[in-house]
Amino acid sequence: MGLNRVHVHVGVQLLRVHFPQVAASAGKSLPEKVKIVEVGPRDGLQNEKTIVPAEVKICLIDMLSEAGLPVIEATSFVSPKWVPQMADQVEVMKGISKKPGVNYPVLTPNLKGFQAAVKAGATEVAIFGAASELFSKKNINCSVEESLQRFEEVAKAAKEQGVAVRGYVSCVLGCPYEGKVAPGKVAQVAKRLYAMGCYEISLGDTTGVGTPGGMIEMLEAVKHEVPVEALAVHCHDTYGQALANILVALQMGISVVDSSVAGLGGCPYAQGASGNVATEDVVYMLHGLGIQTGVDLAKLMDAGAFICQSLNRRTSSKVAQAASFQAILQF
Amino acid sequence: MDPVQGRAADPRTFVHLFTCIQSAAICDFPKAVKVVEVGPRDGLQNEKEMVPTGVKIQLIDMLSETGLPVIEATSFVSSKWVPQMADHAEVLKGISLAPHVRYPVLTPNMQGFHAAVDAGATEVAVFGSASETFCKNNINCSIEESFQRFKEIISSAKQAHIPVRGYVSCAVACPYEGHVEPAKVAEVAKRLYELGCYEVSLCDTTGVGTPGSMASMLKCVVKEVPTNALAVHCHDTYGQALANVLIALQMGISVVDSSVAGLGGCPFAKGATGNVSTEDVVYMLNGLGIETGVNLSKVIHAGEFICKALNRSTNSKVAQATLKSETS
Repeated sequence: MGLNRVHVHVGVQLLRVHFPQVAASAGKSLPEKVKIVEVGPRDGLQNEKTIVPAEVKICLIDMLSEAGLPVIEATSFVSPKWVPQMADQVEVMKGISKKPGVNYPVLTPNLKGFQAAVKAGATEVAIFGAASELFSKKNINCSVEESLQRFEEVAKAAKEQGVAVRGYVSCVLGCPYEGKVAPGKVAQVAKRLYAMGCYEISLGDTTGVGTPGGMIEMLEAVKHEVPVEALAVHCHDTYGQALANILVALQMGISVVDSSVAGLGGCPYAQGASGNVATEDVVYMLHGLGIQTGVDLAKLMDAGAFICQSLNRRTSSKVAQAASFQAILQF
Repeated sequence: MDPVQGRAADPRTFVHLFTCIQSAAICDFPKAVKVVEVGPRDGLQNEKEMVPTGVKIQLIDMLSETGLPVIEATSFVSSKWVPQMADHAEVLKGISLAPHVRYPVLTPNMQGFHAAVDAGATEVAVFGSASETFCKNNINCSIEESFQRFKEIISSAKQAHIPVRGYVSCAVACPYEGHVEPAKVAEVAKRLYELGCYEVSLCDTTGVGTPGSMASMLKCVVKEVPTNALAVHCHDTYGQALANVLIALQMGISVVDSSVAGLGGCPFAKGATGNVSTEDVVYMLNGLGIETGVNLSKVIHAGEFICKALNRSTNSKVAQATLKSETS
């Protein structure tokens, strides 16, 4: 039986302890199952240059539903003045075939958006906080505190109407304006969102600058304030670090991962650079680790191929790229 | 066995310490990692475009200025098989050998070894395989026959005081055989180490490995070869390389092979990517507080240079993001 050697600092003494390996992966405990939250149709398409018609969005979401994804972020009830890609929000919401057992959260930045979302049939909404003041100001034109007060309104209304709310925290590992973001600040914002009723908080590495070191530090701080079962990670692959970041998050007990089919959604802060991590690549890694996701990788890749063709762009998923040249070997 | 308490370790005993143990275990990284740059050889060997000798020399000289401690310079293989490396002697004689940098060269056989020594090589590398079919298709002999060849090379190298690095291809899977048993990888690695290789690099040749299969393979190999004599050579064909490198680090590996700009596609999935990018690896190691001695900006600069010469875009996401944000 392999033993995993770790060092525990007790005062100034170095105490070496051994304990049996509990999982295949270098002795680190990994979840048996991971819930994948597919953000391609919203976060992905919102950040693509090309706007696709409602029927393409609907077809994409329906294909994703068939691929076994348990949560698919469908659209955003934000003003089309700011996000024209999401102008067909109502049509999309009403047009998709809602598969039983699948959740279709939608973004609602304020009460107005919330009300429109519920009217269009939404049963779950999402609100977006930030761990950086400058980012909050530039993104939604108010301070972090002001944004949290707006969200309190949405959360209250959602509770009254039995609508679930998911919270997001942006800039958890760095801000395009402020640079480094203190883990304590991330924890504070996550705690507020959780306290106001968000059932889950997704921690977003908005610019993809994070590395496993920063991820560990940040999660340690957040786990003190929010139960780990209520946490998710939303990693961007702009610097190629996403899968490594997700791996350490899993090792720290996280079991919900956001990702985007075909890696849709570039990075608005580094024009032309990649953004969201590709769902295909995440699922490939998770399956290779023996973690269940319920996702059919082949069907997922079909959905990715479909949307890339519609967008007239190449996939950002390496698994999809490799598979287009050979049969997928899963080891 | 708990060395402090002197009794069998029981996981329940440590439950109250679990949070910090888990964090400590997850943070159990080496303090320093040696990055072995394989771009000029493994990278350029697998690029469609051939670059002139002058460009190769300039690339290696730029890489020598980045702090990379090891740069695989070229391959003394027959130009009939690998035309991209036909200028091996000229390259080795043309580069400015920086002090504190090593320049290993590939030597598949005695003829190559002699030519390498004549050209001034002070370190060589031999390429084994954990798959019989791959060995047959790649170097036209069985694994056992390849060991006979390596034995000769290593023996001559020892006499000439030339260190030898060993590689094991198909350490996770083979493009022909599929899954490769970890025990087979361990066997081949052990043979190379016992023959006299100071270091054995374990290669996920097709990039299909995940942290799961990587961990299974490494668990087996570390039983046969000391961890500090092992390296990982991950391909990013399925986007798994950095996660695989991470798990290897957590398992005590402290030598990582990579290729500037992610040069070198995958010969088994035409058009797909191959080697992991040095820039992306160094970025991750920097973020983990692990020392490499490498100046990331200079590597990005070297990557920019060679991509321009090859008329291709970089495979490094760090380079893409850095260069895009500089221009936007």
